[in-house]
Amino acid sequence: MKALSITNLHKTYPNGFVALKGVNLEVEEGDFFALLGANGAGKSTTIGIISSLINMTSGQVNVFGHDVLTDTSRAKACIGLVPQEFNFNVFEPLEEILINQAGYYGIPRHVAKQRAEKYLKQLQIWDKRREFARELSGGMKRRLMIARALVHQPRLLILDEPTAGVDIEIRRSMWEFLKQINDEGVTIILTTHYLEEAENLCNRIAIIDQGITKEQTDMKTLLSSLNNETFVLDLNTNDHALPSSVDGCEMQTIDSNTIEVTIAKTHSLNDLFKTLSDNGIDVMSMRNKTNRLEQLFMNVIDNKTTPLSDQ
Amino acid sequence: MTFSEQYIAFKTIVIKECLRFLRIWVQTLIPPIITVALYFVIFGNLVGSQIGNIGEFTYMEFIVPGLVLMALISNSYANVVSSFYGSKFQRNIEEMLISPLPNYLILIGFISGGIARGVLVGVAVLLVSLFFSDLNIHSYTVTIVVFILTSILFSLAGMINAIYANSFDDITIIPTFVLTPLTYLGGIFYSINMLPEFWQNVSLINPILYMINAFRYGLLGVSDIPLTHAFIIITAFIIVLFMFSLHLLKTGKGLKH
Repeated sequence: MKALSITNLHKTYPNGFVALKGVNLEVEEGDFFALLGANGAGKSTTIGIISSLINMTSGQVNVFGHDVLTDTSRAKACIGLVPQEFNFNVFEPLEEILINQAGYYGIPRHVAKQRAEKYLKQLQIWDKRREFARELSGGMKRRLMIARALVHQPRLLILDEPTAGVDIEIRRSMWEFLKQINDEGVTIILTTHYLEEAENLCNRIAIIDQGITKEQTDMKTLLSSLNNETFVLDLNTNDHALPSSVDGCEMQTIDSNTIEVTIAKTHSLNDLFKTLSDNGIDVMSMRNKTNRLEQLFMNVIDNKTTPLSDQ
Repeated sequence: MTFSEQYIAFKTIVIKECLRFLRIWVQTLIPPIITVALYFVIFGNLVGSQIGNIGEFTYMEFIVPGLVLMALISNSYANVVSSFYGSKFQRNIEEMLISPLPNYLILIGFISGGIARGVLVGVAVLLVSLFFSDLNIHSYTVTIVVFILTSILFSLAGMINAIYANSFDDITIIPTFVLTPLTYLGGIFYSINMLPEFWQNVSLINPILYMINAFRYGLLGVSDIPLTHAFIIITAFIIVLFMFSLHLLKTGKGLKH
């Protein structure tokens, strides 16, 4: 079943700005779906329309088969939203925020209390439950918003840059948590500027640019479309000269001990290592110059690749 | 949403709204009681003793209904306008907008919060008035009905103000420049029969005059306005403001892009 189906979605704001010029998306139930795009690409507008916070100009949006315009109540009941900006009442205690949110979905108070405890504990902010939300750190506020979005146990969780400004330790624990709830059957749509996050978590991906869906495919297919990769190699030259070229590679010297090598995906790295070794040079470490998804993302945005959906 | 889910959702909003003003009771409940107590002391006791009776009532007895209703009006209005605009400002109104809550439930939830605060302050002021004047309620039914209807009306007005407001200035302009003058000119401190005929007629276009007189009838049994006129006016305003508020919520005015 489709968790989300968006057809030809358009949005023009009252000031004349055209934010969406025909977005199409299909998200299957159980997907961990990355929705990527540069700032102002139309991601947040799309999310706003799905969650009924923004009125669409035209198009159709269905959530688990419920039209957001004609079957609004059922569509809304399926969605949990973690917006980009903090939007809770900072003068309310955490537990109360969650219990109230559950109440708006008609969940009895005693059930809401149990769920609030469950999610606040899972997100490691249970000990702050009686504190006002304004007293939380940035990372805790992000986790509070995730707990709030889950309290009515939605089938579709939409996260709009949930890890923005969060330290790496908390980010990784949030990834684990999101993977876990996705494994439990919750469909997740994630927007993020950390492409490493999208690559690690998501099985499907869509890229929106200037209000249009540029790409929509599964992550493996997209990553496999990358024709070459650039690696940075830290070397110990042992006073030997660097080779001027290596077969099948494009090489650039950064400094006396560092080179940048762009190599076709079809070409083996062994040739490179062999040539360096034959020249008496040791490879001390190696890393990707950019994240693979980041490279693809830039290619799609810059129209350097044919969208896979057109292939 | 099923009926029972809607009931739970409604109860949630009401509890949230009541907790909001009870949590800051020093700001919300105490100031109006102190203000009205000062009115009783200064206007009722000190100035009133020089004025003498109005009809068969002492001046203190005459101003009690108006002052009680003034407290009720300003607090019902203030509760909804500040709570709803605060939710808009912090964007936590989105918690409700993304949920399956129907618009009418959001509306009556906030209105109920306004009624709760307005009635609580109104009753407190009424109890304070017992220190200054005897209270012999002429008609409990009229008193209670006017009390509740007036509170509903001004809660609705507060809601509309909050929906249109774009800044905190916008939520103080109407109470300062419209509500307070209309309340003072609505016959709290005088009977319109004391005015020249022209100003009597001008006073009749002030809706608050009808509410104060209907409430005065409930407490004292006297009114400058026929009771049925007052009820018709109050009910008509409530219907119009309710439908208009609902329309604004439906279209997402000030809430959705």
